[in-house]
Amino acid sequence: MYVAVKGGERAIDNAHAWLAEERRGDVTVAELTVPQIREQLALAVNRVMTEGSLYDPDLAALAIKQSRGDLIEAIFLIRAYRTTLPRIGHSHPVETDKMACDRRVSATFKDVPGGQVLGPTFDYTHRLLDFKLMAEGEVPEAVEAEPRIEPTPHVTSFLNKEGLIQTEAEGEDTPPDLTREPLELPANRALRLQALTRGDEGFILSMAYSTQRGYGNSHAFVGELRIGKVAVEIDIPELGFAIEVGEVELTECETVNKFAGSKVEPPQFTRGYGLTFGQTERKAISMALVDRSLRSKELGVEVSNSPAHDEEFVLYHCDNIQATGFLEHIKLPHYVDFQSEMELVRKMRAEIASASAKEAAE
Amino acid sequence: MPARQMSEQSLIGAFETPPQDAARAFRAALEALARPGTLHGIKGGQAPAPVSEAAASLLLTLCDPETPLCLMGAHDTREIRDWIAFQIGAPIVGPAKAMFALGTWDALQPVTVFPIGTAEYPDRSTTLIVEMEALSQDGAQLTGPGIETTASLSLPALEPFQMNAMLFPLGLDFYFTSGTQIAGLPRSTTVEAN
Amino acid sequence: MSDYNFAYLDEQTKRMIRRAILKGIAVPGYQVPFASREMPMPYGWGTGGVQVSAACLMPEDTLKVIDQGADDTTNAVSIRKFFEKTAEIAVTEKTREATVIQTRHRIPEEPLKEGQILVYQVPIPEPLRFLEPRETETRKMHALEEYGLMHVKLYEDIAKHGHIATSYAYPVKVEGHYVMDPSPIPKFDNPKMEMAAIQLFGAGREQRIYAVPPYTKVVSLDFEDHPFDPSKANHPCDLCGAEHTYLDEVIIDDDGGRMFVCSDTDYCAERQAMGHRGRLSPEAAE
Repeated sequence: MYVAVKGGERAIDNAHAWLAEERRGDVTVAELTVPQIREQLALAVNRVMTEGSLYDPDLAALAIKQSRGDLIEAIFLIRAYRTTLPRIGHSHPVETDKMACDRRVSATFKDVPGGQVLGPTFDYTHRLLDFKLMAEGEVPEAVEAEPRIEPTPHVTSFLNKEGLIQTEAEGEDTPPDLTREPLELPANRALRLQALTRGDEGFILSMAYSTQRGYGNSHAFVGELRIGKVAVEIDIPELGFAIEVGEVELTECETVNKFAGSKVEPPQFTRGYGLTFGQTERKAISMALVDRSLRSKELGVEVSNSPAHDEEFVLYHCDNIQATGFLEHIKLPHYVDFQSEMELVRKMRAEIASASAKEAAE
Repeated sequence: MPARQMSEQSLIGAFETPPQDAARAFRAALEALARPGTLHGIKGGQAPAPVSEAAASLLLTLCDPETPLCLMGAHDTREIRDWIAFQIGAPIVGPAKAMFALGTWDALQPVTVFPIGTAEYPDRSTTLIVEMEALSQDGAQLTGPGIETTASLSLPALEPFQMNAMLFPLGLDFYFTSGTQIAGLPRSTTVEAN
Repeated sequence: MSDYNFAYLDEQTKRMIRRAILKGIAVPGYQVPFASREMPMPYGWGTGGVQVSAACLMPEDTLKVIDQGADDTTNAVSIRKFFEKTAEIAVTEKTREATVIQTRHRIPEEPLKEGQILVYQVPIPEPLRFLEPRETETRKMHALEEYGLMHVKLYEDIAKHGHIATSYAYPVKVEGHYVMDPSPIPKFDNPKMEMAAIQLFGAGREQRIYAVPPYTKVVSLDFEDHPFDPSKANHPCDLCGAEHTYLDEVIIDDDGGRMFVCSDTDYCAERQAMGHRGRLSPEAAE
């Protein structure tokens, strides 16, 4: 006898309890703390902050713990939390040329004023598993030097002095906000950059890679990649001036692309731009490449059918929270729709069967 | 230092329990627009005179710093501007940039200066809040979406609403407010003399 | 959950959604863009409907949530619990008692009445999307009322299969103007869309809200020689005997034995309580 599928509520509660148990894992193994994740899985924390659009290392670490290390799930937790936060004010644009750089490299010049700083990078490590880490050994202290005090202007500004790189026009006073207004196409650059910062690292990486392999044909140099802390300032109306409310760690990448010129512009270099939270340089570089690729139309360069040239394709598909939600929703029951499809297929089959039976009889 | 003191009146007149009161006010506004020719109670907001309680409640429910608001005629006073600045934060603008406009029917003339939306975005149009002496379910005959057969509403005019309906899907949407009553007239309604 | 605002969303977000809903009412069938927020449930699981409901609910409301016509499916349970917690409103499974009904994939069998709001969860709000993937293009097509592509597609179906091969999310024309996606309801439900209640549609991921006011003309697209056919499985309900309801097909044994039951669980239970019986009702089967 058929019994209607009751007890959805209890099934959900039980599934949640089971999930909590699995999350904790073997209780004889010490529990991971949020500060441990924040300090020791910092690159995961940075990705969650960047794609979650919320700079809060503790909450990002908590989200990673709660999501059992599923970073897209962690980003989702942060985004949902962000929805509930009222907007208290707007900061001034951060001055990245005043960044206290932990890392600063340029691929276009051998040396630059302010110096090249390798910083804490995987770049030249040999990718050999370090079994010492299994033994939880103490790490020897890294050598320290006095921070350099000379300013670190943007590398692209040197090209700019010669007029070799396209000057970026001053943007609108208040750029549109992707999280407060619906996406409208064609999008302006500020909106595109927001979407790319929030976009899935893997998606943006692959899009950028496709431009390097000829789908969109643009050859980029890393003009500069810098990682460090910048001050965040907001205006306090009661005081009549801006005050520093804190600092954030950012990764900024400016790529330089050769541009053969157009009817209105002489041959010169053009830029791609990437800006992300924390140390997230793969993302920042990818973003700069895709940004440049999406600028083709406004630069008057030939626009191909390549995916990375297609603003609508990139912007509508780069968000992993939208993508994963819609993808996974096909797990939900669809039996009403499926039933209507079954009825239609049966009807069509019956008609074909009766038509061929009729044909055979004739 | 602020240039001048805000009037004390601007500090009062908000909803007592904003989430709940705004939810009730919205439902009145929704029913009013979805069923042209019906009258609904809407209350809880108190703005300086001559703003009705209905209009004040509607402003508190729908307007905020993201909605440019146009004040016309006797509704454009320093007291009302202060109240809006303190309670709502909507930027005060001229008709051409207004998402909402508030005034009596005469003060809102000519209504043709308000944006009616574009073919691709017909939603980018102004909603006019028309303050009325009184509202009643007689007068012009209404037909269209939201109306089972016909309805009647004491509209302040006939022709401008007929012209507006002809612009569909572009056009203006109207709320009529009086005391604590509200009625709505979307651009989709056909208006005829009764 | 008391740390969150009434009905979860902050007031500014609700105002933004409320403005979009009113524009939707004013322009029936037009998809109003809105700045959908990230909700605590995934995109694709009803975030659009949840945001519309959150913007509509008032403390006096009684909420019903259905998925596939049933109140007890897991997603319906989860959304109902969300509003019970965040808005502390009354909930019900009875269509008649509800003031706000959020639905996925069905319209209740019981005719809705004035004072009720039906909120649909919408996955892909653009009826032209599978014919033209670009938003910039489909927006133009709506602006110009250029719906030829849709008619061509439906007619190709007829030429190829002898039928319009769309059985759910069957496109409708609203008040003679916009072609609209009714969300993935079975076409059986399409005729019910001319109703006394307010119908609101929320697509969270796609950032669109649209609406059908009460008593609005909603016409399923068809051709003179191939009129719209809202047909369904040719069986009565095996539990309540109803012959006029949409049915789920349930496999009941390993030999492919099946039964058909109302997908609207509340409607079916009420009929059974009134003494209606079907082929496999407990008493009938004994």
